[in-house]
Amino acid sequence: MASLDRVKVLVLGDSGVGKSSLVHLLCQNQVLGNPSWTVGCSVDVRVQDYKEGTPDEKTYYIELWDVGGSIGSASSVKSTRAVFYNSVNGIMLVHDLTNKKSSQNLYRWSLEALNKDSSPTGVIVSNGDYDREQFAENPVPLLLIGTKFDQIPENKRSEVLTRTAFLSEDFNAEEINLDCTNPRYLAAGTSNAVKLSRFFDKVRNPEFCHMTGFTDRKRFNFKSLHYD
Amino acid sequence: MSFVVDSVIMFTSQVLFFGFGWLFFMRQLFKDYEVRQYIVQVVFSITFAFSCTMFELIIFEILGALSSSSRYFHWKFNLYVILLVLIFVVPFYIGYFVVSNIRLLQRQKLLFACMVWFTFMYFFWKLGDPFPILSPKHGILSIEQLISRVGVIGVTLMALLSGFGAVNCPYTYMSYFLRNVTDSDILALERRLLQTMDMIVSKKKRIAMTRRQMYQRGEDQNKQTGFWGMIKSVTSTQTGSENLSLIQQEVDALEELSRQLFLETVDLQATKERIEYSKTFQGKYFNFLGYFFSIYCVWKIFMVKFWSQHISFILVGIIIVTSIRGLLITLTKFFYAISSSKSSNVIVLVLAQIMGMYFVSSVLLMRMSMPLEYRSIVTEVLGELQFNFYHRWFDVIFLVSALSSILFLYLAHKQAPEKHMTL
Repeated sequence: MASLDRVKVLVLGDSGVGKSSLVHLLCQNQVLGNPSWTVGCSVDVRVQDYKEGTPDEKTYYIELWDVGGSIGSASSVKSTRAVFYNSVNGIMLVHDLTNKKSSQNLYRWSLEALNKDSSPTGVIVSNGDYDREQFAENPVPLLLIGTKFDQIPENKRSEVLTRTAFLSEDFNAEEINLDCTNPRYLAAGTSNAVKLSRFFDKVRNPEFCHMTGFTDRKRFNFKSLHYD
Repeated sequence: MSFVVDSVIMFTSQVLFFGFGWLFFMRQLFKDYEVRQYIVQVVFSITFAFSCTMFELIIFEILGALSSSSRYFHWKFNLYVILLVLIFVVPFYIGYFVVSNIRLLQRQKLLFACMVWFTFMYFFWKLGDPFPILSPKHGILSIEQLISRVGVIGVTLMALLSGFGAVNCPYTYMSYFLRNVTDSDILALERRLLQTMDMIVSKKKRIAMTRRQMYQRGEDQNKQTGFWGMIKSVTSTQTGSENLSLIQQEVDALEELSRQLFLETVDLQATKERIEYSKTFQGKYFNFLGYFFSIYCVWKIFMVKFWSQHISFILVGIIIVTSIRGLLITLTKFFYAISSSKSSNVIVLVLAQIMGMYFVSSVLLMRMSMPLEYRSIVTEVLGELQFNFYHRWFDVIFLVSALSSILFLYLAHKQAPEKHMTL
């Protein structure tokens, strides 16, 4: 069971969806008070305990690389951004639940990042179109995160959650829906926290997780998506 | 009967312009956002449609298409509508959306929006005082009062943009100015950027580790009792947090450096792409145009009279098309740079306002470039404004803008090569 010395996870998504707030929440366990534009890439480090309380307990650092910008940026910005996509162990795709276009753009974001991955296990997509089979074989673990959950009115929630369930199937990834200004969504013991630590385990130990595989993705139980 | 036919033609063309504005809004400006309030899209498309119709009327005037009475009617109609939109509709909606973004004022949105609009009207009216734009025989509520003020704002904007554009366009496209950028320059900069990111990561790991140790020690501290325990807790925490703030300062400095390196790399990549573009056929064509227009712009800066009115009219036509295209492109870039999902509505409306004022004052200024026989309709429709004032004002602002752009670009050009070039 090989584990990695350096664990790098990309946080991708459109401008303004809340990537910087999310990264701050994950790494500092605090809400970001004054979000501002991310120029280039901002990195933060999350301390993750593996097998806490057992003799095998280890502390890992997970680097979260929050890459700023929009998918429609100039090609000079895109080529510069590509230097951040090297040797990536996992990708967090962030979209705004109140903005459908940010969810649609995630296909293009994932292709941009996976196309540029220069490590030998990177997915090479030839024609730039979305192909579900290649996402199914993709060895880089993906996690789908929907933000601004609190801004969706009650009557629209099931519609939004159905849409994100389709999205998570397309990406072959787990999904988490939260509000970055409220730490309770990721409190210990919630299903969100469980999904998050499972994702980080996959990122750290890629071969181990290939053995266990994705077994219980398809249970979308709407009640468990609330924090409690 | 011909009036009805003419009106149908005008209406069809207006619908076409409206459709074009609608598509531009959806496909370009609001590509990454969701349109939640359709009123914004409608207002933008209406402003665009009526602005383009004004240019169309000028062209009809010169070509002699449609009958002159229906042309006159449509001129007046168009003018009233566009003034209504620019002075009442757009500012009111800008105020409304700005107020909606501020949480404190949510409840009395309409009231505050009206207050904002009255403030705008006050400053708009005051604008006319220092400028000698009206002859004294006009009443206070005449159409000339409104046009003159819209004209002043629009002309200033036009002159600023034209001055900058006249200097920037040759600078951008002429290969003489393109700095020589090689692949190794870009790779070296990218390597520095990644090294900086790695340093940031390692320092943040240290901070996280130190914080964790302090937290764990903090737990142990609570168990320690006695005199020595207290002393130890005070001293060790102090060094811990001092260290932390020192590393944090280093991290802040490195993050600022990484941002600068990122922007410089983007700049180099853009220059490299421009060099590659200049080697293509399209690039060479625009390079030639760049030389041509730079000569025309220099001539415009230093000379005043025209040697042939009709040639200048053709150039006016070209300038209309390229300036509309250039304006739309500039507005789009500006919009991408500063908008967010909250402020996108406000920004689009501001852009619509600028666009409308720009087009109205284009018509005012174009009067100078039009052959004499066609100037009369413009003079008749727009009333007796002091047109000469506008032309002089435009020339002054154009000159100021062009000279400051030259200075600015000279400084930027001089500074850049020292940073990137490998010796």
